[in-house]
Amino acid sequence: MDLPLILNSGFSQGAELVAALVIGFGFGFVLERAGFGHAKNLTSIFYGRDFRVMRVMFTAILVAMLGVYALDLVGVMPIANLGLLSTNLGPQLVGGLLLGVGFIVGGYCPGTSLVAVASGKLDAIFFVGGIFLGVVGFEVAYPAFATWHQTGGLGRVLLHEYFGVSSAVMVPAVVLFAVGAFAAVGRIERRVRAGLTARGVEP
Amino acid sequence: MSRGYWNSYVAGAALGLVLLASFVVTGKGLGASGAFKRLSAAALHSASPTWAEEHANMAGYFSPERGPLNNWLVLLAVGVLLGGAAGAITAGRVKVETARGPRIDRNTRWLLALLGGLISGVAAQIARGCTSGQALTGGAQLALGSWVFMFAVFGGAYALAYVVRKEWI
Repeated sequence: MDLPLILNSGFSQGAELVAALVIGFGFGFVLERAGFGHAKNLTSIFYGRDFRVMRVMFTAILVAMLGVYALDLVGVMPIANLGLLSTNLGPQLVGGLLLGVGFIVGGYCPGTSLVAVASGKLDAIFFVGGIFLGVVGFEVAYPAFATWHQTGGLGRVLLHEYFGVSSAVMVPAVVLFAVGAFAAVGRIERRVRAGLTARGVEP
Repeated sequence: MSRGYWNSYVAGAALGLVLLASFVVTGKGLGASGAFKRLSAAALHSASPTWAEEHANMAGYFSPERGPLNNWLVLLAVGVLLGGAAGAITAGRVKVETARGPRIDRNTRWLLALLGGLISGVAAQIARGCTSGQALTGGAQLALGSWVFMFAVFGGAYALAYVVRKEWI
């Protein structure tokens, strides 16, 4: 059997949509349990008070990365069978900076705003409405910067290819980076919380 | 009495397994902004079919057999809404309220949420994905541009955090 399952001829378009619904359900449920249905849990990382967002994100990336590269290593699911994301540095840098701005101003990112709407958060309804306005505005203005958006892409570049090492080096390096980051933010968080407690402020 | 959140590392591992399951079943990762793009495309198409069908950023969405909403990313977002609701209900955490810090009034918070959403909508279109479609999915694949994107998100948010601190703390 080839992986991903979608490569098998028996996997219909309908089955793909059912899979999307089930996977989306799991995604939404886990985001809610992580605390991501409330904007204050999402933004307190940017004031050094609670690094939950980074811990969840980096742990998720590590687990999925180890799974993907292990399945590639044993030949069950060659990584070339996946829809690998292309690199287009300008748009990814500018879009990333802007998404960060939208995150701290609005309190959510697109996925977490859906979970917050499902949790009854009125501000998240405004955020979702804003996304629609932004997307529609982008499409209307698109011809003005289509050239910038569509050219200059590097195609599919993976980190180990870029650094000229093997994935057997890169994957452990990413694990070490994340573990180091967990330790560093733990220290920052303790210091910030101790400062708040000393001032009698609820963290 | 609402049930507590999961430990961050446990929640992260569960999220990683959901993402891995998505790769193993469909070859694709997660995504949220794609559904917004599809819904916007459908709205723009009903307003001006020819314009939408010739638009460079969404021309592929309007085949006669398969409309813009008959799509993996749209169903994924519907699943996120249902899963989020199931999580909030079973934890006793559904509460109609406005998430905000102690130093901002409700209406200003609503206005800033709208503005932040608008910026995020533009941002996700420029970057071709958001926290889930770029950072999580491309991050786990080790895609170069997705890592650049992820650091840029943190950078953009930290750069502006002090300015909007009264919204949150």
